[in-house]
Amino acid sequence: MKLNRKDILGIRELSVEEIRLILDTADSFLEVSTREIKKVPTLRGRTVVNLFYEASTRTRTSFEIAGKRLSADTINISASTSSVVKGETLIDTARNLEAMNPDIIVIRHSAAGAPHLLAGLLRQSVINAGDGAHEHPTQALLDMMTIRSKRGRIEGLQVAIIGDIAHSRVARSNILGLTKMGARVSVAGPATMIPRGIENMGVIAHTRIEEAIRDADIVMMLRIQTERERQNIFPSLREYAQYFSLNRRNIELAKPDALVMHPGPINRGVEISPDIADGPRSIILDQVTNGVAVRMALLYLLTGGDT
Amino acid sequence: MEKKKVVMDADGIGRSLTRIAYEILEKNRGVEELVIVGIQTGGVYLARRLRQKIAAMEGVEIPLGILDITLYRDDIRTAHRKQLLGKTDIPFSLDGKKVVLVDDVLFTGRTIRAAMDALIDFGRPKLIQLAVLIDRGHRELPIRADFVGQDLPSSLWEAVSVHLMEKNGADEVLIEETGEVRL
Amino acid sequence: MTLVLKGGRVVDPSLNRDEVTDLLIENGKIVKTGRDLHKANKKASGIEVLDLRGKIVVPGLIDIHTHLREPGFEYKETIASGSAAALAGGFTSIACMPNTNPVNDNRSVTEFIRRKTAECGLVNVYPIAALSVKSEGALLTEFQDLRDAGAVGFSDDGKPVMNAALMRRALEYASSLDMPIVAHCEDTNLSAGGVMHEGTVSAELGLAAVPSLAEETMVARDLLLAEYTGAPLHIAHVSTAGSVRMIREARARGVRVTAETAPHYFTLTDGELRGFDTNLKVNPPLRNREDREAVRAGLADGAIDVIASDHAPHARTDKEVEFDYAASGLTGLETSLSLSLALVADGVLSLLSLLAKMTVNAAGVLRLPKGTLAAGADADVTVIDPAREWVCDRALFRSRGRNTPFHGRIMRGKAVLTVVGGAIRYRDI
Repeated sequence: MKLNRKDILGIRELSVEEIRLILDTADSFLEVSTREIKKVPTLRGRTVVNLFYEASTRTRTSFEIAGKRLSADTINISASTSSVVKGETLIDTARNLEAMNPDIIVIRHSAAGAPHLLAGLLRQSVINAGDGAHEHPTQALLDMMTIRSKRGRIEGLQVAIIGDIAHSRVARSNILGLTKMGARVSVAGPATMIPRGIENMGVIAHTRIEEAIRDADIVMMLRIQTERERQNIFPSLREYAQYFSLNRRNIELAKPDALVMHPGPINRGVEISPDIADGPRSIILDQVTNGVAVRMALLYLLTGGDT
Repeated sequence: MEKKKVVMDADGIGRSLTRIAYEILEKNRGVEELVIVGIQTGGVYLARRLRQKIAAMEGVEIPLGILDITLYRDDIRTAHRKQLLGKTDIPFSLDGKKVVLVDDVLFTGRTIRAAMDALIDFGRPKLIQLAVLIDRGHRELPIRADFVGQDLPSSLWEAVSVHLMEKNGADEVLIEETGEVRL
Repeated sequence: MTLVLKGGRVVDPSLNRDEVTDLLIENGKIVKTGRDLHKANKKASGIEVLDLRGKIVVPGLIDIHTHLREPGFEYKETIASGSAAALAGGFTSIACMPNTNPVNDNRSVTEFIRRKTAECGLVNVYPIAALSVKSEGALLTEFQDLRDAGAVGFSDDGKPVMNAALMRRALEYASSLDMPIVAHCEDTNLSAGGVMHEGTVSAELGLAAVPSLAEETMVARDLLLAEYTGAPLHIAHVSTAGSVRMIREARARGVRVTAETAPHYFTLTDGELRGFDTNLKVNPPLRNREDREAVRAGLADGAIDVIASDHAPHARTDKEVEFDYAASGLTGLETSLSLSLALVADGVLSLLSLLAKMTVNAAGVLRLPKGTLAAGADADVTVIDPAREWVCDRALFRSRGRNTPFHGRIMRGKAVLTVVGGAIRYRDI
């Protein structure tokens, strides 16, 4: 089976078979990162450009390591240092890159649809590393891989996603992926952060964290952004932390063997208490490890490798 | 018209593997520093069987590794290949070891080239020897096997398959005439 | 010069007329209708007779909501290119909004527009002047001075008038001059940052969204202000079910309100936005199915009196960017008629009723002496081939704006002859 598409723009377009293929391939790539020489020659001579219009250490580093472990040449472009500051449009930047003939462009941008714009114009493969509040497919894939590796399956699991759902691309991609793979998804957050009509995506929405966490197998906490205070979405971080963070008391509502996830970076004490973040239920660091494997799998599958 | 012919049956395979096991022990003067690595997928089952036979002969179970060479292939871009990306698991150091690499069929030699590249990424073996059940000729690289079950001259229009109980339900080596050249 | 339009189906909502007959035009005026008029005028040299059997002959179409971008944004459109687009779309008169640069808030800009229009000699262009200075929503402009310069109405379109007290005064003042205020109803606090309709699609896409509330709260406010002041109010680009309902109810109560909608609001919905095509980014945004059906129902029962394209041409550089940053608006003059004729084909409106919304009703809102084929009227005539099928191709647009979401769509019905003041200015037969 081969990944018969040029780009990875979102979970929305992926079929269940494609998601399985990516996760299975990622499983095989986990092993490469455990070797002493963490490199295979598979993408030797290929060029991967990481075009990050939004600051991100974690995702960008993950993509960079993934590319390098496949022996690809990886180039990082971050908006603040580049011609973007001089007013170059996204399309012009992309066209200039295209003329230098890379193989894959990984883009993170604050505007939803930016990767789609590029994918339509460029012949190179485009991977969406996060577009506005729309999708973050590689995050959802690594989250699903982590769940699958810990629980053996995704189907039938009860997953709670907690936080600013309205502004979260991680939430959207995970909702799409987990529901596709047969999980039961609940979301919870302050009413101002739950988008109207979210039930249409196949989830149950709550405005109290306890209702979503109850009997959950997986609890996924989202990062809360401090800018939201100023937009009158929510009164203060203090109130948020008081009523919507995951702590040692409310985690008891979940199943006894429930696991805790977070896409990072964590605001300790805001959305998750430190003892939970570092505790035995936390699989947050597994997410990071799996992130490299998933990204390696995508780079591999998009450059014509078969599995 | 496709004509299938059995060139080696279960007994034949068993006897070849027994002889190869003895040859490995003879050439290497015993099991010291000896490890065996099977190439996915056929080579892995054969490597396991060889390891069992060696254990029966010497009373020592030598370390076994499994190696998937898909990521080292030189034809990664040509789409007509359909290889399963399998697991690689070499849970021991290769430094200073005598590695017996095992595959089912030796053909162009490219798989072995890829396997050697992979092994060298894992460490610095003292030496690498190659054991194959079938050598069907048509080398494209200067590669030769140290231990061979059977030499099987073949034409490029023929396909040689090694069926094993563990994956195909029966032990036999087949040669069949196909309509095209498939490398 | 004498022109006889022979054998077409003459449909004139202003006179409630629908019959196959000939139309005689002389010296820029409609002379009369009747049979075999070409035979009667043997004397005329320079007489042109056009055989229009199978075609529909209507008063020159009027589009009261366009953005011609000149002065200031000529890279998007000019009065000349916009007028050429209008002719190709079958329009003989158009009104242009004041959000130019400088804003049309004083007589010199209005006079500039009138002068340019005269120079082009293509269609009649009627400027709608700004309601407030620079359209900043603080101080009233000089309504009478602007009227004398040629303005036909007042609006801050592009933006709402957020200050209710200012809107009240504007309505009162304009009412005393019997001139319309055209309201762009949008509460910018509710719509802040939004780029599409707030609903299930925006929940999926994660794009900042504009709730129907943003339009409806302002429609409610402006209807109350119109009722209180007794002033004539015209509501631009109606897009939601709630707006249609409130307008209908207000009118039943006797409020002097007229309303318009644009073809994209009765044709498209927010579901189309999943592909992030910036040609679908408009303000107000494309709404959901219920809203689209309500707009269609509003056209059918008369709650919405006028169809106006809200022609908003933009250059490629304004549109070929990330969705969040793309300019709002689509180019409408060359597709408006065909999309509107689809309402007749779909059984939503009769032909007479549809044409009223693009002729006599439109003229009525701006008090223009247009929109009729009565004897003695200006010879502004549009000939429509209702059966003509054509493929919308943005490369062939006469507008500088290529920002249409209908590129590639098979359209049915087209303007094939546009006559302005007795002169054939566009011909496609």
